[in-house]
Amino acid sequence: MSQTLEKYFVPAPSYYPLIGALALLLMGSGASMWVNHIEAGPWLVASGFAVLIYMLFGWFGTVARESEGGKYGKQVDKSFRWSMGWFIFSEVMFFAAFFGTLFYVRHIAVPDLGSDIGHYFWPAFQAAWPSAGPLGHLELTMTPTAGKIALGLALMVAAGAAVTYAHKPLEHGNRSQLQLVLVFTVVLVGLFLGAMTINWLPAINTALLLASAATLTWAHWSIRNGNRGQFNLFLAVTIILGVVFLGCQATEYTHAYHEGLKLSTGIYGSTFFMMTGFHGLHVTIGAIMLTVMLFRSLAGHFSADRHFAFEAAAWYWHFVDYVWLLLFLVVYVL
Amino acid sequence: MSAVSPDVVGGHDHSHDHDHHGAPTGLKRWLTATNHKDIGTLYLFFSFIMFLTGGTLALTIRAELFQPGLQIVRPEFFNQLTTMHGLIMVFGAIMPAFVGFANWMIPLMIGAPDMAFARMNNWSFWLLPPAALLLVGSFFVPGGANAAGWTMYAPLSLQMGMGMDMSIFAVHIMGASSIMGAINIVVTILNMRAPGMTLMKMPMFAWTWLITAYLLIAVMPVLAGAVTMLLTDRHFGTTFFNAAGGGDPVLYQHVFWFFGHPEVYIMILPAFGIVSQIVPAFARKPLFGYASMVYATASIAILSFVVWAHHMFTTGMPAVTQITFMYMTMLIAVPTGVKVFNWIATMWRGSMTFETPMLFAVGFIFVFTMGGFTGLMLAIAPADIQYQDTYFVVAHFHYVLVAGSLFALFAGTYFWIPKWTGHMYDEKLGKRHFWMSMISFNVTFFPMHFLGLAGMPRRVPDYNPFFTDFNQIATVGAFGFGLSQVFFLYIVLKCIKGGPKAADKPWDGAEGLEWTLPSPPPFHTFEVPPQFEAPAGHGH
Repeated sequence: MSQTLEKYFVPAPSYYPLIGALALLLMGSGASMWVNHIEAGPWLVASGFAVLIYMLFGWFGTVARESEGGKYGKQVDKSFRWSMGWFIFSEVMFFAAFFGTLFYVRHIAVPDLGSDIGHYFWPAFQAAWPSAGPLGHLELTMTPTAGKIALGLALMVAAGAAVTYAHKPLEHGNRSQLQLVLVFTVVLVGLFLGAMTINWLPAINTALLLASAATLTWAHWSIRNGNRGQFNLFLAVTIILGVVFLGCQATEYTHAYHEGLKLSTGIYGSTFFMMTGFHGLHVTIGAIMLTVMLFRSLAGHFSADRHFAFEAAAWYWHFVDYVWLLLFLVVYVL
Repeated sequence: MSAVSPDVVGGHDHSHDHDHHGAPTGLKRWLTATNHKDIGTLYLFFSFIMFLTGGTLALTIRAELFQPGLQIVRPEFFNQLTTMHGLIMVFGAIMPAFVGFANWMIPLMIGAPDMAFARMNNWSFWLLPPAALLLVGSFFVPGGANAAGWTMYAPLSLQMGMGMDMSIFAVHIMGASSIMGAINIVVTILNMRAPGMTLMKMPMFAWTWLITAYLLIAVMPVLAGAVTMLLTDRHFGTTFFNAAGGGDPVLYQHVFWFFGHPEVYIMILPAFGIVSQIVPAFARKPLFGYASMVYATASIAILSFVVWAHHMFTTGMPAVTQITFMYMTMLIAVPTGVKVFNWIATMWRGSMTFETPMLFAVGFIFVFTMGGFTGLMLAIAPADIQYQDTYFVVAHFHYVLVAGSLFALFAGTYFWIPKWTGHMYDEKLGKRHFWMSMISFNVTFFPMHFLGLAGMPRRVPDYNPFFTDFNQIATVGAFGFGLSQVFFLYIVLKCIKGGPKAADKPWDGAEGLEWTLPSPPPFHTFEVPPQFEAPAGHGH
């Protein structure tokens, strides 16, 4: 045990938890009413959301002030690191439920419906993926050819591995090696986009997120070396890449709905929109986190050796990236 | 016997208290609490209120079942009663009660000044009353409360009214509360132990909670995913659980039980921890096989992820899947057996006394083991096809959840209430509470084994007159059990109000940092971490 005998910071009594509980009560009861078409529902949800925003601003504002005020020692810093890691683990498990669902419907539920027993009820049903089920209707335009896909996937994995590896020179303070790896990542991303059809939206989205991982890593390097200008610049670029991703996603959804692929289009529509939708929600949250970090930096927060809030947001962003790579593989390609 | 350097024993030294805050007074103290002891108290009282609420539902069920035919409630309402009894007891009573124990005891046991995130700790607690409001309030909306069983199986759960949606959102909120609470506990244990307290010197209660918290973080999000899919199937046109759209109702069961089985261990591992603290104290011997206890707990946690389909043996899974899950399930008997034998070995040739905590702990070992044996019977796939959805299952899980979790909670309460209140409880009344609970519990649930084996299905308000006798015995027992718990409330309130002054260490065989503190401990404890040294002769 290498623990110092410094005093652990225990915060003063606070109303924010109670306000947060009120917010969720309003949102939970409001949402129950809303989905049952009771008029007060949307209003309750909106007011709950407003209370939640107020709570988040107040609470995180307090935490930021306490942090900048030097109240958090090394041990508190370590607590934050542990907790962010476990929080991301809980998010991983949330997505795991949906990945498991996709696996189950593709490899068990839909094939079963096309088996002898299924034919008893729906003789005309052919089990194939994508499927909207026996009573659904689905036509999909094809993705790029298999050869291109294989090459593209190899490049995607390489780019993901490269930007992950970049954290080694980042930790070791090796500037030239970090630059080399990040440039290499961006080149791989370009090649990936070339290998896939260049105007295929999901591929563009993959490229956007991989590139944002590289820019974010450079932003991290900048703050570690006290270069605030460059930090702000690359953080802003990362946020923009994330927002463009969300724009592409919105475009894709619009196309899908025009061509008849909806949330209610059987099990394919269900899994497609729920998985990409929840991912998009997490990109939104990640982008908001990074934006808050940008504003904090503009307000003079963070120093070369104290910037865990930013690192936590960066961990979250990388997590969202990895989820996307897996989504791209199992939702769009396979 | 744990050595603590005298100058830093919490509370004795107030010279370094300059920038800390005392408790605000009145209601504000509880609404804005950032103190682990206050939040622990809130959790414990909340869980007891929910326990009485869920108990009232149970007694209504038993009253209806006193005779065949319909006497008191309509069948639809009966289904709401069984469903809400389950949801309220699992999420409102048992889980928050253990979190209350974690809040009170873990910082005291590991020598931490508080929980790692004191404000978030309070949010975890205050999320529970809104969730409880949604659950209980759902009885009063059109269509009534959730009546699909606490497991909320599709397609039944796709067909109900607004009460179902309220259950879904309540589960979301309780899930958020549990995840935050669990992260808090994991971080507190990993990061805030006193110098000298290595992981393998930690009290078993802290170990079991560390593993429980890990399980919570792993599976509560999966439950959130399951009920979210219910919600979108109900209102937004998805077809996850609808075969016509290519989905499958059985998928819900898979996702639910991937959460549900670890959940079972979430409700029992902290109970193991409490019993592992109490048995050595009253046998006046160190815990036998501490390390094997830790590894057994971890093994149970890992195995809990690969046994979920034993809840689904009658869904038409392929035989190979059934056999796999059957063997994995039976494997869990090994680490559980390690624990039971370790407790018995701890008592072996100890100088034992039987104060109320020990009575409940020994009662726990005895009755929980019976629940474990019926669990083994249920694990056998071909036999389970007979037992599925009968009262045998009801008997089994009440043996592990009531005589298991709840008895351990009682044991823990009697063990630590002198520390919490500074008063000794009334030993005579405590013992009376134990015998009342133990006898009425068995009168209630033992006949259910026979009912189940004879084929009485669960979740029905009416039954063949053939089953009447055992049902009447069970109902009499249930009301006795309910009465015993009101008696428990009286004992606790009496102890809070007054009683003989409790010593710092009221149990001469007890070990651990919490007993180095005064009873009751001061508002802030261990602001400077104590130096922990494992007691000499400690068996590990």
